[in-house]
Amino acid sequence: MEQLILFVVLVVSGYMVGTFLEKRHYRSIEKRETDLIRLPVVTLEEDVIDETKKIRYAVLAKGNAVISIDYFKRFLSSLQNIFGGNVTAYQTLVDRARREAVLRMIEQAPPSDIITNARIETSAIGQSANRRKSVGSVEAFAYGTAVKYKDD
Amino acid sequence: MFITNVQSVPGKTIVDHFGLVSGSTVRAKHIGRDIMASFKNIVGGELKGYSELLDEARKQATERMTDQAKSLGANAVINVRYSTSSVAQGASEIYVYGTAVRVE
Repeated sequence: MEQLILFVVLVVSGYMVGTFLEKRHYRSIEKRETDLIRLPVVTLEEDVIDETKKIRYAVLAKGNAVISIDYFKRFLSSLQNIFGGNVTAYQTLVDRARREAVLRMIEQAPPSDIITNARIETSAIGQSANRRKSVGSVEAFAYGTAVKYKDD
Repeated sequence: MFITNVQSVPGKTIVDHFGLVSGSTVRAKHIGRDIMASFKNIVGGELKGYSELLDEARKQATERMTDQAKSLGANAVINVRYSTSSVAQGASEIYVYGTAVRVE
């Protein structure tokens, strides 16, 4: 009985706080994405670098984010696993991690005109990393080469 | 030391190749961060402790790679790739590799 109460409390608090935090995170992601829209981030290699301009510097830009899933969604995903299909509970988790990582890559890089050869990698980390069937938290890591032209 | 993940250092020319250089590190988080993370697992959201831990681990791996490149006489590492794997519960390995070159 006590375990059932604890479970219900965890699911309800996970749902309420988790949904609130997720919405707040999405608002912040969307705001920062619109602010940074002027800086192109491309997955192409060097073809996109303007040959006619002189280059001041080219450095590696990195950004990472570890995002954890809430208790309610973990419960929901185990239900969705029974029937198969879209596991919607995990979609927002990886989406948030990747978008946050890309934003951090841009923010942590020195001022630049273009980020070329952007790569994103994702890995499951934390206690549940080596356990089957449970994804606790995912890490997204984005990196690329930030190029700054000389202004003249 | 120039580090890029494209096939050259933009704006410079490569004069000499030194081959593959790499660096790796295996990190585990300490118990305090672990306890905080398990609380955070209830409500979800970012695990800042883990983000920092992996960031530090990548810095260290990159440092090891650049040290190796320096000892070969290179001044740049190009076409750098990162990979992450979890080797054991609570520990993750960061591996970084690239080609050491001299640029002018």
